Amino acid sequence: MNNEVKDHAALADIFNADEDRVNWHDETLWWIRAKRDKAVHNIPGWEELRETASQIKNNVLSNLDKYLVQFEAHAKANGVTVHWAANGKEHNKIVHDILTRHNVNRMVKSKSMLTEELHLNEYLAENGIDVIDSDLGERIVQLAKEPPSHIVLPCIHKKKEEIGELFHQYLGTPAGNADPQFLTETARHHLRETFLTRKVALTGVNFAIAETGEFVVCTNEGNADMGAHLADVHIASMGFEKIIPERKHLGVFLRLLTRSATGQPITTYSSHFSKPRDGQEMHIIIVDNGRSVQLGREEFRNSLKCIRCGACMNTCPVYRRSGGHSYHNAISGPIGAILAPNLDMEKYADLPFASTLCGSCSNVCPVKIDIHDQLYKWRQVIVKNGYATTAKKASMQVMTFTLSSPAVYHTGGKVGRWFMRHAPFAVNNKLNPWYKQRDMPEPPKESFGEWYAKNRKG
Amino acid sequence: MIFKVYFCHHYSIAGIYAGDINHPNIMTVGLFIPCYVDQFYPGAAIACLELLEKLGVTVVYPKNQTCCGQPMANSGFEHLTHGCNELFIKNFAEFDYIVAPSGSCVLHIRDHLHDDAHPDKAAHISSRIYEFTSFLTDVLKVQSLPSKFPHKVGMHQSCHGQRGLHLSSMSELVAPGFSKPGSLLNMVEGIEIVPLSRVDECCGFGGTFCVAEESVSVKMGKDRVTDHLGHGAEYITGVDMSCLMHMEGILNRQGSKVKVLHIAQILNGSPLAP
Repeated sequence: MNNEVKDHAALADIFNADEDRVNWHDETLWWIRAKRDKAVHNIPGWEELRETASQIKNNVLSNLDKYLVQFEAHAKANGVTVHWAANGKEHNKIVHDILTRHNVNRMVKSKSMLTEELHLNEYLAENGIDVIDSDLGERIVQLAKEPPSHIVLPCIHKKKEEIGELFHQYLGTPAGNADPQFLTETARHHLRETFLTRKVALTGVNFAIAETGEFVVCTNEGNADMGAHLADVHIASMGFEKIIPERKHLGVFLRLLTRSATGQPITTYSSHFSKPRDGQEMHIIIVDNGRSVQLGREEFRNSLKCIRCGACMNTCPVYRRSGGHSYHNAISGPIGAILAPNLDMEKYADLPFASTLCGSCSNVCPVKIDIHDQLYKWRQVIVKNGYATTAKKASMQVMTFTLSSPAVYHTGGKVGRWFMRHAPFAVNNKLNPWYKQRDMPEPPKESFGEWYAKNRKG
Repeated sequence: MIFKVYFCHHYSIAGIYAGDINHPNIMTVGLFIPCYVDQFYPGAAIACLELLEKLGVTVVYPKNQTCCGQPMANSGFEHLTHGCNELFIKNFAEFDYIVAPSGSCVLHIRDHLHDDAHPDKAAHISSRIYEFTSFLTDVLKVQSLPSKFPHKVGMHQSCHGQRGLHLSSMSELVAPGFSKPGSLLNMVEGIEIVPLSRVDECCGFGGTFCVAEESVSVKMGKDRVTDHLGHGAEYITGVDMSCLMHMEGILNRQGSKVKVLHIAQILNGSPLAP
């Protein structure tokens, strides 16, 4: 799949070629948004909870240096080895070194969007390591050789029939069987063998507590626990913004996370890891990978509050109708569109424009990130850095020229409307993207300004 | 603060008397008509002007106005909006209030109007500019309207007005429900507001988004229109003509008989004016 050359609009065009599929995708995600609404409307103090979480994260982002060092000290005291990685390359090498030291070439991995961001699977594969993703959705996209299309629901773009086909191809299920119960059972058996035989397990981290050096991993399938508890070595990878100051703050975030994500009151498993069990090795890799740069961008700093619930994706009318892969980034949707340009402004210059700025994302965000305002601000930064296309620059200059002068505007409007009335083919053609699926407005004989001059004495 | 009730014909207003500025008979309102409304939807602008006049407001339309600058700013070219900003300040700085039949343009002026040479004037405008329906509910405190519109109407919540200017409650938030445009429509005799499956989903217009992301924009518009049609709407109304223009384009392409009307046209009782 060569996504690099196509921008969001082009990839969205491809997704929209199959309207039934778009409808199905939209309705599936809207159903989750509706579940979220139902869950949050049961919490009278919901808005207060969001505000509290947002303030805790403000504190975290202002004192990260202290909290990270505090976390490291406590984790070390608990018997955990702490590593620091400036970028993906360093992180991936740390993981590889641990595997090499244990003479292991197979690893089980529970859900971690960070390792997607750092392309760990590809790196390990190049080094002869076999990684099995144990989150069911991630396993499905792994079999399909695709990246996840959603941070919480990695294979939400796949229909059950397609999953049945993949399982038939890779796991030997009967052709044409798409019964979810049956497929899940098959995956359980397949993964059970993986859990029992892997010596090293990698998990993500949802929350890392500075006060205690503990970390919490949230899953619905218990796959992080199965992997970590059966393996001799547990590696936990975390972006450095996952820190929360104290254990008591967990209550705020755990109440927000899954209600926002899927409408559940809490994840099925919220597992606390504090120290390795006897004979086990535990590693935490704390990753920067552009986060300190984002922290330094005052207008975009708040994006680091994200707890990866995916609510902004589920509510986003554009995401639902363009699919996660149209964002050509590990993290898709509105949050991906404000995180990605920090990593590579040129490559992701299109993403902040993949929005109508409707603001629904900011309203569902459990930590109150001003997502749509940041999209607007990224547009300004991207254009100032020279990543607007020549055609766009030219059209904006014409627009500015017209709208900055009343005389040009009035003449232009009159001439334009005259042409639309007398030569409609000038606008009603294939070159006009408005006209492709929409009629142009009927041009009136006179503008309001012209009417006013005749009907009111100014 | 003294509350006074003014009766102008059949329209009743409970204005807050707090010095001359809030007195509907003394204050002068500058009418800002967004560029595309001026050019394509004069009927919406006329309805807005007429209703304000009927409510006893002195309205002036400065003839040298063009655009709020949002098309450039939302495309990432805010640095090109100086000309629009200067014009806007020149045209509107003198008024007690500025009223515009658009939530989107008003939000842009409130959030982004700036002029290094005249920061005070820019701040005055930003704090005094109102979207049309909220001017009626919040400043004029309109209590009743004599209009009739015996039709099934779908109310489209334009995002910038709703989520930006808080013209109505938002489905994402846990907060009491309200709607400023909805409360005005409820004063119209015979009107039936149809319920919608998704009460405040974006229509997909989004300014230059409508052409830059054509396929998603159209799909969003089609889905919004389908929701209104499925609930039997004969008309779709809203506070922003831009969303309505986008949905009208889709309705007309589909050959639908359903029409779009700016809310001012229904409130003014002049839906069939040009």
